[in-house]
Amino acid sequence: MSGEVEASTEEQQEMQDTVVSPEKAEEAKLKARYPHLGTRPGGSDLLRKRLQKGQKYFDSGDYNMAKAKMKNKQLPTAAAEKTEITGDHIPTPQDLPQRKQSLVASKLAV
Amino acid sequence: MWSSCWTYSLNLSSVPGDGDGQSRWCLSQVKGAVDDDVAEADIISAVEFNHSGELLATGDRGGRIVIFQQEQESKNLPQCRAEYNVYSTFQSHEPEFDYLKSLEIEEKINKIRWLPQKNAAHFLLSTNDKTIKLWKISERDKRPEGYNLKEEDGRYRHPSSLTTLRVPVFQPMDLMVEASPRRVYANAHTYHINSISVNSDNETYLSADDLRINLWHLDFTDRSFNIVDIKPANMEELTEVITASEFHPLQCNTFVYGSSKGSVRLCDMRASALCDQHSKLFEEPEDPSTRSFFSEIISSISDVKFSHSGRYMMTRDYLTLKIWDLHMESRPVETYQVHGYLRSKLCSLYENDCIFDKFECCWRGDDSEVMTGSYNNFFRMFNRDAQRDSTLEASWENGSPGCPLKTWRVCTGSRRKRNEIGVDCLDFSRKILYTSWHPQDNIVALATVNNLYIFQEKPN
Repeated sequence: MSGEVEASTEEQQEMQDTVVSPEKAEEAKLKARYPHLGTRPGGSDLLRKRLQKGQKYFDSGDYNMAKAKMKNKQLPTAAAEKTEITGDHIPTPQDLPQRKQSLVASKLAV
Repeated sequence: MWSSCWTYSLNLSSVPGDGDGQSRWCLSQVKGAVDDDVAEADIISAVEFNHSGELLATGDRGGRIVIFQQEQESKNLPQCRAEYNVYSTFQSHEPEFDYLKSLEIEEKINKIRWLPQKNAAHFLLSTNDKTIKLWKISERDKRPEGYNLKEEDGRYRHPSSLTTLRVPVFQPMDLMVEASPRRVYANAHTYHINSISVNSDNETYLSADDLRINLWHLDFTDRSFNIVDIKPANMEELTEVITASEFHPLQCNTFVYGSSKGSVRLCDMRASALCDQHSKLFEEPEDPSTRSFFSEIISSISDVKFSHSGRYMMTRDYLTLKIWDLHMESRPVETYQVHGYLRSKLCSLYENDCIFDKFECCWRGDDSEVMTGSYNNFFRMFNRDAQRDSTLEASWENGSPGCPLKTWRVCTGSRRKRNEIGVDCLDFSRKILYTSWHPQDNIVALATVNNLYIFQEKPN
């Protein structure tokens, strides 16, 4: 009996929250889509991801070997594989997203 | 009245204070390509006027810098004083690969800061994630002619043809603007540089990354002093990072840095060599009843700028602009809602990463107005004196140069008047992150994704 009363107070609080704060309503939406979000301290996850920006799991020795091999033949245009290269697959230059050397003039300078 | 309470999420975000929805601002120029196919390298990542306003620098993700110069002949004509033409362009940074950490270093220009002009040449600092460079931009309009040993085209003359001796003289030539790297300040940052700021002493500058701030002397590239270090002994305990930093415009011993938790610390370099202990902490107490998953993310400081007077400081977080009196740490003296209607969109903005967009802000030369960008290529201007704000759009379609811009309203209701747009119709891929205000005149420059817009205020 008391459990039911407690539940309805909680529900009432939640409803009030939704009406009262759009932020809380958005949070509820997010939690509904990603139930595991926020179970670990979200702050440090986000921060760590931010600090690691640009990291590729890559062996520089392989990179240099492949680069040397490429010098002898035409470099094929990179397959538009946007899947992340990590783990067991060791990428070679053609797997990486094309890094254009910025020798082209800026369009602002035209 | 201007407190940052969530109840403002339903409010219309602008009050047309200038009569019939027209502002005093008009479009002067648009730079860059107008096609839809935007290459990654063309995305603009920095916009900065120099101290006189005569030069305007832009940086992009391709590591290039383009400098525009105010048209000398028309700058004194009120109607067309905001005409800027290309002055110089150069490749500032190249993509690099850090073999030790297997880290790719982007060539994207994160910040440009001009040095005050001391002689005929102009100097600026530009930085990517890891390396800061000092560039000298100088003009050459004379060249020596009349060499004894060389012909004019450079070929060497036959010694037997030399019968007389002459003194080479300087002759005028077509203006050539040269950019040369004078210093490269490298290897001082483990994390990604987000800010650089030149000290008022004109000899030193600071560079800040996620966890540390370093002090450099402009003349020395082989040493740098660490003045702030917030890296915890155990990285698992990391709770906040440095997001922006700036030197005080007048006091050479004072600087501030903003954090991802929404606080700003002011430090005095006279107090100690390592400024881990702040002198002042500017933080607005949070209302616990409104706390949500998003609270910390949207409170992250994306930009901090001192007023020209040095008395105030402005901070930008995801939804608001706050003006702080340096004498009062407990709360800001003014708070402006940039786009409060986004509070009901935070879930999707988190999913598409827009919630992490870092907007810059800037002061008008006399500190009476402030400005920042928003989505849908809108930008917001707040008049502090009149307590009025306006929403303007950077678009090359509407209106011709010289024609005053109309002001917009974003609304949540279903009925649309002219100059109104619904929250659900906003284009979040079109955003204005980078803005700069001419230090002495009412000319503003801002970047949409790949275009530079220059606006000027109508003369009275």
